[in-house]
Amino acid sequence: MVASDFWTVLPEVLLSLYAMLALVVFVYSGKDKHAALSIWLTSGVFLLLAAIIGLSNAPETVSFNGMFVEDNFARFAKVVILLSAAIVLVMGQDYASKRDMLKFEYPLLVALSVVGMMVMVSAGSLLTLYMGLELQSLALYVIAAFRRDSARSTEAGLKYFVLGALSSGLLLYGSSLVYGFAGTVEFAGIMQATQGDGLSIGLLLGLVFVISGMAFKVSAAPFHMWAPDVYEGAPTSVTAFFATAPKMAAMGLFARVVHDAFGGVIGDWQQVIAVLSLISMFLGAVAAIGQRDIKRLMAYSSIAHMGFALMGLASGTTFGVQAMLIYMAIYVTMNIGMFAFILSMEREGQPVSDIAALNMYSKQEPLKALCVGALMFSMAGVPPLVGFFGKFYVLRAAYDANMAWLAVAGVVASVIGAFYYIRIVYFMYFGEASEPLDANLPRRLHIILVVSAALMIAGTFFSLFGIETLAQIAAASLAN
Amino acid sequence: MSNLLSLITFIPLVAAVILSLLARGDSQPAQQNIKYLALAATVFTFIASLMLLFGFDAGDTGFQFVEEHSWLLGMQYKMGVDGISILFVMLTTFTMPLVIAASWNVNHRLKEYMIAFLVLETLMIGVFCALDLVLFYMFFEAGLIPMFLIIGIWGGKARIYASFKFFLYTFLGSVLMLVAMVAMFADAGTTDMVVLLTHNFGSETLGVFGFQILGGAQTLMWIAFFASFAVKMPMWPVHTWLPDAHVQAPAAGSVVLAAILLKMGGYGFLRFSLPMFPVASDLLAPLVFWMSAIAIVYTSLVALAQQDMKKLIAYSSVAHMGYVTMGIFAANQQGVDGAIFQMISHGFISGALFLCVGVIYDRMHTRDIEAYGGLVNRMPSYALIFLFFTMANVGLPGTSGFVGEFLTLVGIFQVNTWVALFAASGVILSAAYALWLYRRVVMGDLIKESLKSITDMGRREKMIFAPLVVMTLLLGVYPALILDIIGPSVAALVETYHSNVAAHGIMSTAASTASH
Repeated sequence: MVASDFWTVLPEVLLSLYAMLALVVFVYSGKDKHAALSIWLTSGVFLLLAAIIGLSNAPETVSFNGMFVEDNFARFAKVVILLSAAIVLVMGQDYASKRDMLKFEYPLLVALSVVGMMVMVSAGSLLTLYMGLELQSLALYVIAAFRRDSARSTEAGLKYFVLGALSSGLLLYGSSLVYGFAGTVEFAGIMQATQGDGLSIGLLLGLVFVISGMAFKVSAAPFHMWAPDVYEGAPTSVTAFFATAPKMAAMGLFARVVHDAFGGVIGDWQQVIAVLSLISMFLGAVAAIGQRDIKRLMAYSSIAHMGFALMGLASGTTFGVQAMLIYMAIYVTMNIGMFAFILSMEREGQPVSDIAALNMYSKQEPLKALCVGALMFSMAGVPPLVGFFGKFYVLRAAYDANMAWLAVAGVVASVIGAFYYIRIVYFMYFGEASEPLDANLPRRLHIILVVSAALMIAGTFFSLFGIETLAQIAAASLAN
Repeated sequence: MSNLLSLITFIPLVAAVILSLLARGDSQPAQQNIKYLALAATVFTFIASLMLLFGFDAGDTGFQFVEEHSWLLGMQYKMGVDGISILFVMLTTFTMPLVIAASWNVNHRLKEYMIAFLVLETLMIGVFCALDLVLFYMFFEAGLIPMFLIIGIWGGKARIYASFKFFLYTFLGSVLMLVAMVAMFADAGTTDMVVLLTHNFGSETLGVFGFQILGGAQTLMWIAFFASFAVKMPMWPVHTWLPDAHVQAPAAGSVVLAAILLKMGGYGFLRFSLPMFPVASDLLAPLVFWMSAIAIVYTSLVALAQQDMKKLIAYSSVAHMGYVTMGIFAANQQGVDGAIFQMISHGFISGALFLCVGVIYDRMHTRDIEAYGGLVNRMPSYALIFLFFTMANVGLPGTSGFVGEFLTLVGIFQVNTWVALFAASGVILSAAYALWLYRRVVMGDLIKESLKSITDMGRREKMIFAPLVVMTLLLGVYPALILDIIGPSVAALVETYHSNVAAHGIMSTAASTASH
């Protein structure tokens, strides 16, 4: 029994072992001299695990007495997390080495946080959930403050830590209420306890606290306050990571909890998530208008995107989960491309994040400007770019769940949001000429940017590369 | 050929890809090659579309040249044309070579310019051919991107404001349509427009937030589509983006905007609003009538006061589109025939008028009416052509402008006499602003120093106008050329519309009980 349990969590165990082993090996073999190797090695391990998980056809299993669930949903989320983490790690290498922060611990911390994420999306009980979440968060707090000599970076790390601790507290308090009133921490048990005539007030309170804690992790408004500061303050290579894998993990966790544990009482959480979604979409759209800093802008953009993903979740249907997964996969791809570009924004060796620096970029670098333009229109949800399909799926999910009002609000918010996306296009194509950006962008970033933009265009012609079916299979394995 | 429509749609896109990959360098021959390749692609598209026209059977009211491939989420890639859409395809393919030819003097980022126009052509043709809701939406919406760039990069002084206004205005309109499409998809379970055309959307009165909505779901969807098409058309009072966009866009951009992009709104009304939501159309037709009448009178008056030639023509476009919306929702053979005719003819006439402005703008770099006067003395052939199109714009019998206005007025007269009365006054007003514009620009003595050395049109410019003149005259004296093609499809549309309204309608049942 125990042996088979361990086979189920093999990828997580392997990754943890790798992280600890590598830590020891690198400490005794010259520390930061091998930092680059450490990045490539970790990235390789991620890819390997993604391949193992993605290609495995093992049946869906529940192990450790229901604490850990390895189903298609978890596999889908894990593959997205591992792939994006692998790419983002490699992307940040040049940036880090130029700023003298290329340390061997960085990829290993990322590896540990990825272990946390993998546990999160596989959580089968509130305790597994909390364990994964904390493992992820602790590693993230450290890497947010990774540039120790920078006041902004340390400030970002501290802010993230304090607010993150608060949200963990909320979540833990909610979990204790749920445990107290349901008598179990296992999702399957909670599901049974909530059958019948509605939630007791204690369970309801617990549910709301748990949702608040998770909303913080996905940076949904009104729990978003940390995002812009942390995005801006953290080193860009770290911000790129924040914007991708942890978001997928937190959304996966969110879906897992509301469907696996509280799937019997959809009516009780549907409205809460719908409101979170509504506020996030509008806040993300409106607050970004005034931003000149591209990292802050991306923070607000991600808040708005989380609002859309939550719209899928708010529908409370399997199709809604499918829509959310598709949305997240598209979102992660777009953000990887965009951050590859942001990492390359430099002038005389110094990173630039003012969007006015993009003035007439299209004259200087036509291909890259075109790619960034495509990503911007995709984020705004303009067809024929793939970002449109993400929006289309969640709108459909919301409409099918009788939430036409949310769909209408969402599209209105997307028009407001379109303003700042096309403003970036405006700077690149019709702005006043200004001092150009450095042209010596590392080839790697260039390739990632172009591939990401190409996927946004080609996805339309190749039926989203089959993500639709995969997401459908993944969504089907959630209870409800 | 079974995939002729896809061929026509995607030739320009392929040419754009070739341009973007192969064309490089700013040398004179390189620039020439870019222009000739773009021109060749558009001409070839036009020839291919002629095959479409000759192969088209006007007696068949269904969709022809249909292609179908499955796609995502039960959506399809489905293309096809019927009597209503085929002429819009023709209008697009006919106009684009002229647009490219009219851009011969562009040298600022020429390659990107041609790519933008070629991509735009693909998207415009796609709008008129798409037979799947989502596919239609994609073409419809994607057209915003190249147009946004065309106005923003090659536009005039206030281009930034105009391009943002254009983009956000039209985007807001069309996302509401997207929600309605999602609703239709959920209701009918398919995005196939051929099926949707026969689907009965619910029209029972609904209560939403305490309001009783007559016509129910149909009315809500109708309004969402209306938001999109009315902005695109544009109808009063959401027309304000058009004058800005027109004034700031380069001449070729204005031509595309006036001749083709505006027609998407009218096409949308004919393809979606009228046949798919007959009850709501019936219910809300009076609203459209009065909005159209106001548009005709009000924008004609506004046109009278303009100082800028392009703005004046832009307002006159809004007025002429008023006839179109009025004719469509009159929902009888004459009205709908007239509306389609008016759209096609307006494509030629307003396109030509913007080109006329372009001709003197190229020489003097101003569109201010005050800056001109007495051009007839140095530019006789220009004066002749400008006069011809001014007259066509006014609706002089013998030109295509007359047929469209007359038919729509006949159509509306049978439905609502008062609206017809107001709309007819627009004929006089349009004569007023158009002739006054002509007098101020062309007639009189040539007294302005700056105009003394102005030259008449060259051969290339005359060549551009020649096909437009021919079409305007031909359609003016022999309108059957168009009416024969659209007639059967329109008749079928009108008949289904009326039988649906009779079966499910609210107003007509009330009216018929009252008359008994």
